[in-house]
Amino acid sequence: MAAVFFFIAAIGAVAGAIGTVSLRNPFYSVLALVGHLISLAALFLLLRAEFVAAAQVIVYAGAVMVLYVFVVAYVGGMEPTIGTSTGKGLRFVSIFFALAIFVELAIALIGTGLAGLDRKGAPYHAPFGEPAEVGRQFLTTYLVVFEVASLLLLIAAVGAVILARRRAGLADPRELSVGDLLRRGELAAGDAAGESMLEAGGRKR
Amino acid sequence: MTVTTYGWLVLAFPLAGSLLIALTSKLLPQRVHGALGTLAILLAFLSAVGMFLKLQDLDETHRQVVSVGWNYAKTLGVDAQLAILVDPLSVLMALVVSGVSTLIHLYSFAYMKGDRGYSRFFSYLNFFVFSMLLLVMASNFFLLIVGWAFVGAASYMLISFWYRRSSATQAGIKAFVINVLGDVGLVLGAYFIFRGTHTLDFLKTFATVDQSFAVDSPSLVAGCVLLLVGAFAKSAQVPLHTWLPDAMEGPTPVSALIHAATMVTAGVYLIARLHPLFERAPDAAAVGAIIGCATLLIAATIGLVMTDLKRVIAYSTMSQIGYMIMGVSSGAYAAGMFHLMTHAFFKALLFMAAGSIISAMGGVQDLDKMRGFRKAMPFTFACMVIGGLALSGIPPFSGFFSKDEILAIEFSRGGWHTVLGVLGYVGALMTAIYTFRMIFRAFFGEPSPEAVELEHGHLYHPHEPINPANGEVEDTDVGFPGPDHAIAERELPMKVAMGGLAILAIIGGFLQVPGVDRALDKFLEPTFADSHLYETLQPSTGSQWIGLIVGAAIGLLGIAVAWRLWGDGRLPVAIRQRFKSLHGFFSHKWYFDELIDALVVRPAAWLGRFANSTVERLLVDGVLVGGASGTIRALSAAVRGVQTGYLRYYAALLLVGLTGLGAYFLISA
Amino acid sequence: MSLTWYLVVSALIFCIGAGGVLVRRNPLVILLCLELMLNAANLALVAFARAHGDMGGQIFALIVMVVAACEVAVGLGLVVALHRRRLPIDVDELRELQG
Repeated sequence: MAAVFFFIAAIGAVAGAIGTVSLRNPFYSVLALVGHLISLAALFLLLRAEFVAAAQVIVYAGAVMVLYVFVVAYVGGMEPTIGTSTGKGLRFVSIFFALAIFVELAIALIGTGLAGLDRKGAPYHAPFGEPAEVGRQFLTTYLVVFEVASLLLLIAAVGAVILARRRAGLADPRELSVGDLLRRGELAAGDAAGESMLEAGGRKR
Repeated sequence: MTVTTYGWLVLAFPLAGSLLIALTSKLLPQRVHGALGTLAILLAFLSAVGMFLKLQDLDETHRQVVSVGWNYAKTLGVDAQLAILVDPLSVLMALVVSGVSTLIHLYSFAYMKGDRGYSRFFSYLNFFVFSMLLLVMASNFFLLIVGWAFVGAASYMLISFWYRRSSATQAGIKAFVINVLGDVGLVLGAYFIFRGTHTLDFLKTFATVDQSFAVDSPSLVAGCVLLLVGAFAKSAQVPLHTWLPDAMEGPTPVSALIHAATMVTAGVYLIARLHPLFERAPDAAAVGAIIGCATLLIAATIGLVMTDLKRVIAYSTMSQIGYMIMGVSSGAYAAGMFHLMTHAFFKALLFMAAGSIISAMGGVQDLDKMRGFRKAMPFTFACMVIGGLALSGIPPFSGFFSKDEILAIEFSRGGWHTVLGVLGYVGALMTAIYTFRMIFRAFFGEPSPEAVELEHGHLYHPHEPINPANGEVEDTDVGFPGPDHAIAERELPMKVAMGGLAILAIIGGFLQVPGVDRALDKFLEPTFADSHLYETLQPSTGSQWIGLIVGAAIGLLGIAVAWRLWGDGRLPVAIRQRFKSLHGFFSHKWYFDELIDALVVRPAAWLGRFANSTVERLLVDGVLVGGASGTIRALSAAVRGVQTGYLRYYAALLLVGLTGLGAYFLISA
Repeated sequence: MSLTWYLVVSALIFCIGAGGVLVRRNPLVILLCLELMLNAANLALVAFARAHGDMGGQIFALIVMVVAACEVAVGLGLVVALHRRRLPIDVDELRELQG
């Protein structure tokens, strides 16, 4: 049974990965990644890492990906093609070397017969993988790591705010809001027939 | 005060004078500097007199005193010391140098007035006297070489004194380059000697020369010949003589001091000082004697046809130094030094008189233009005649006794030296001829316009200053001669100096009258005690007097010939026509300048051009410098090529590296 | 079902992510592919944790998630700033650091 679940989850993960890489619309890429993350959570469950699986779904798939969705909505940017302006050479090189790395790793894992890989693994003891155990580890053995991680989160939050803010006092003249334009009467509310949202935002009078 | 204290004072006073004048050059008026310079040399002369008197107080066998200032180097067995040797020879040279220098400084005090470089002149002149005294008082090869080099430098500075004249600077360079050639010979020669004796000190060298070298051993002969090269360059002997006539570009006091009385006699001093080496290597001494003889003849022939007044006197100097070199190379040490002394007197006198006439001519030195100055400048005329008579060897003037003593010793030496003696008499004849040619042409005959002006009491002034060498119009500012022209009749310092030298030229000879007294011989005996030629070469009084009478006769014959040809200021055009090619050959100074130009100057210039175009441009700039920078530039361009700015490029590089690393670990496992 | 399978899956996902980083031009998608690579590492960590019975692997995986979240925040902030300044959202156009 476990094997069946494993294969389903594995195939889901790989499919999600391929989807992330190859889909042109960034929205769809994000969705593919969400699927990938959920499959990965299933794999974590199979590995007796319940808390990690839950965190994956809630934090990663839940929070981080939602953030992604917001930004993709704001920024947009459909690629015209996956084709590169630097030529086909780079594409070929990248695919080739990615494959090369996979082959190397596969050889390393399967072919060399590393001693640690063929055993059944350690026997399962009860507190393994439980949230309580995770908490205990964080507060005893890995306390410093825990604190540093929180510091890191603080820095990242502050940094993100600083990076994305508007310069105080200097209004970007190109950064006009639709509301301003409507109020100043330079704009007529356009009709939305047959236009994209972008174009329907209003055209100058 | 001991004798060596006086010795150090002799060196200290001129050096102090030179430095003092140089350091206060803008602070004190010019005439004060002139007085300072003259005073410094006068004090040096008085110290030399003191040295002489104290030396005579010492016992005869202990008359060679060394005083060590300090040791420069005591490693590797090289004993380089700041040490002076006080002995009769150095005392004689010091007296002559400082005495004649005092009179020349006095002369320059008046002669150089109005020149913007007056203070510089006296500083240089004092420095020169210091260097010459250092040279003659040095007690080891090391200090001798130092003094030698300083003298060359001072000569360069003084020849190109009027430095804005290109002819003067070129002459200075020529003199310096030839002197450097001599310096190389001197240093190499000293090295050869040092290799055998392992000491630089003179007295120690002389004591060990017999053990260190066999008679005429190749290294000793080589060393002595190299030393002779140095002597020839400094004393303007053939073939290193071409600088001396050009050196007349310097002011007349410089010619009088350096190129008549002192620097050019350094070579003679060298051979006399190092006589034990030359006696041990008779082959080298023979070279010296032959070159000396050749020079005296060549120079005399050229002096016969020269038209520049100072150049005639320069070639006369060259010729007389030839006599001296011939003398000391053949063992006539005392006679050679005697002639050195008397020559200093009358040659300086001749130059001073020449300076006076040139001033009267407004700076022009051409004999063709000077005539009939006898009435206008009686004092100058008298001095010139006295100098000329002394030079020609007419009794009872000093040159008579000194020159003929050398020739008498040549004859007494016998063998092939007799030939040298005969040639010496031929040279004496020519000497008398060209000397009086000069005097008759300048002072007799129809007075030239300048002379006429002067007879009426008005000194001729050219309305614009002209370079006498090439007729260019020049300036009287810094770097050029001043606008004033000082003649002896009007300047008391010049009269005193010339008068002093005239008196010395007249009575100087009486130091060594054969059969009557041998003052100089006896004085110099402690120096030459280790010479086996010194005592053996004493010709009998009778043969000496015969030689003297022959010499006097030849001198008078020469004057007669000169009177016949040039008396009354006529020019013997007919004779010039008959010997046209010979005249041309002599006028071109035996084509020595052209020969040296072809053999040395042109190949050197070609080599320089070749080195610049090929080695410098191609090899150094192109390959070494250009190659190094080009390689770096190419490498950095290659590295820069990696920084494309594309993010994915960099990521790809990362990936490729990772692959490589993985492959490496995979393979090595 | 042994450890090897999980590791092979992890390797596969890592390589797909690496290829994606190199091939795509939109910086947002590149960041997504980076997430893929981080997740692959997470999977390997948790697999080893199970194999050795050591909780450290899981803790490590959690921390990796924290780091990934921070990195996403900052990266997205950059993209927003780019958009604000009307710069093209294309890594091939943003190459002023060349030379």
